[in-house]
Amino acid sequence: MPIEAVRKISGSPTDIDVSRGVILYVENVSVEFDGFKAIDDLSLSIEDGSLHCIIGPNGAGKTTLLDIITGKTKPDSGDVFLGQNIKLTDLTESEIARIGVGRKFQKPTVFENHTLFENLELALHCGKGLRESLFWKLTPARRERIDEVLGIIGLTGEADRLAGLLSHGQKQWLEIGMLLMQAPRVLLLDEPAAGMTPHEIEHSIELLKSLAGQHTVVVIEHDMDFVHAIARRVTVLHEGKVLAEGDMDFVRHNSRVVEVYLGEAHA
Amino acid sequence: MTKNTAGLLSPVAWTAFAAALGAAVLIVPVLNLALPADSALHAPDYLVALMGKFLCYAMVALAIDLIWGFTGILSLGHGMFFALGGYAMGMHLMRGIAGEGVYRSDLPDFMVFLDWKELPWYWHGFEHFWFAMLMAVLVPGAFALVFGFFAFRSRIKGVYFSIITQAMTYAAMLLFFRNNTGFGGNNGLTDFKRLLGFSLLESGTKVGLYVASALALAGTFLLCRFVTVSKLGRVLIAIRDAESRVMFSGYDPLRYKLFVWTLSAVLCGVAGALYAPQVGIINPSEMHPGNSIEMAIWAAVGGRGTLIGPIIGAWLVNGAKSVFTVAFPDLWLYFLGAIFIATTLFLPAGIVGLGRLLSGRKNGRHGERS
Repeated sequence: MPIEAVRKISGSPTDIDVSRGVILYVENVSVEFDGFKAIDDLSLSIEDGSLHCIIGPNGAGKTTLLDIITGKTKPDSGDVFLGQNIKLTDLTESEIARIGVGRKFQKPTVFENHTLFENLELALHCGKGLRESLFWKLTPARRERIDEVLGIIGLTGEADRLAGLLSHGQKQWLEIGMLLMQAPRVLLLDEPAAGMTPHEIEHSIELLKSLAGQHTVVVIEHDMDFVHAIARRVTVLHEGKVLAEGDMDFVRHNSRVVEVYLGEAHA
Repeated sequence: MTKNTAGLLSPVAWTAFAAALGAAVLIVPVLNLALPADSALHAPDYLVALMGKFLCYAMVALAIDLIWGFTGILSLGHGMFFALGGYAMGMHLMRGIAGEGVYRSDLPDFMVFLDWKELPWYWHGFEHFWFAMLMAVLVPGAFALVFGFFAFRSRIKGVYFSIITQAMTYAAMLLFFRNNTGFGGNNGLTDFKRLLGFSLLESGTKVGLYVASALALAGTFLLCRFVTVSKLGRVLIAIRDAESRVMFSGYDPLRYKLFVWTLSAVLCGVAGALYAPQVGIINPSEMHPGNSIEMAIWAAVGGRGTLIGPIIGAWLVNGAKSVFTVAFPDLWLYFLGAIFIATTLFLPAGIVGLGRLLSGRKNGRHGERS
């Protein structure tokens, strides 16, 4: 289903202005925790429809950056914009989620006492107020969308299983499926390949590649082979700042990157 | 293919529900009113009142199940909401006997005793039954709404929330203990005589209150069922299990928690209003922190997140209490503690969970997490 059609369900169309081809702007953002500068005057822009990887050593501020984009952490200074016109730093977590920014956590987080079907149903893009939830009905269109996403994440036939019984890799896919249900413009994925078997990683690579274009996909990842396989654009963070940005080959051969990150990783 | 489309209750469950309700509203009244007092099967008045009291307790257990079993928020202060409902009813009953007290005054006796000359402003209106009933739900509801708003907005969770609810009910108890608060202090409100013109000493009135309690419990059960089988109910369980995911799925957990917390308080208020005339007294000891903890134990013993479990739990624990406090009055608290520990260790899903375990059905979807 095209994003526009899904958006109509909620009755609150959000017009994100991407006339300059950029979906996400992070502008001069700083945040400090007890004197530690987790993010230091960071600026970054993400192109609409791209598959963008953010890498960096531990403590570089990658997860903090996602916390700021999704409203979990308020920056000390600086702003985050969705398109030209929506200031995310003024919104709450749930508002940011409804407006079209989906986030997958580092540790897969699904509703373990609900079935897969119910997990996707809860995430489905629709009114999320009290009254809508109390009188919510599973219409054929909604069921179809849920079945469709079950297919996309490769878990067709598992609809009635409790999510808590899934393997680690399957939970990661379910979580991505839940993001897709939200009809997001931007998908923020924190380590989507962590803890996966090589076979599962292959499946994830295909999944993410198929999502780019329809959505903007931002991936935070440690696994360099995984990044190499998917990324069109890579940003390297170090000590809360952008160290380098470009395509994978550019980044790989950048001497500063090699020094602080790749060198460390290979040591 | 999924259970989402299931109605309020399955046909079997509807039959069981109708049978239980029918039995409750028929058997006890018949045994009390139709049988002669010397019959072996005659249900004495005290037993009718006791059963009515248990029905009110079962409503409280349901209310606790909504907030704790489904939403994962343990309240140890529900006794306060229960007592507030009881006080609203008590105030109406006190106003109903104006001029009939020991001092033949228009004011309740305790006010005359305190040498008060006129009725405090907050006692006005309670002479009307409808007003008192409105207050029995509005006061606990409004208090819960304000308290919950600040607590949930500050994202107070888990044991911290439980502790402040204990403090809440304790503070309310101390406030109501004071004579100057105007609710009869230590003694509370008592010596009730009539409700809607019916003498509270008559068997017929006692049976009427009992039947009203049974109907209220049935209504509460269906309401809770309606909430929990809706998508809203699934959001509540999701909040219990992974609140951050709920938030990042676009729901505002604050509203959901506030809704279920307030609903839970209102249900306790109704239960309290039915309770006061049946036991004949409402006093601040109802707000004692220990009482609220006992209420949580009813839900835990019966099985959290199952609705039917807490009803069973309330009856079993209180039934045991009635027997124990007569046979071994000193041992009751030890026994209560022991069943709570045993439930926590061996039966996390309570008696309902045990039933499921024995019947081999592994369907403990709800109520396994705290």
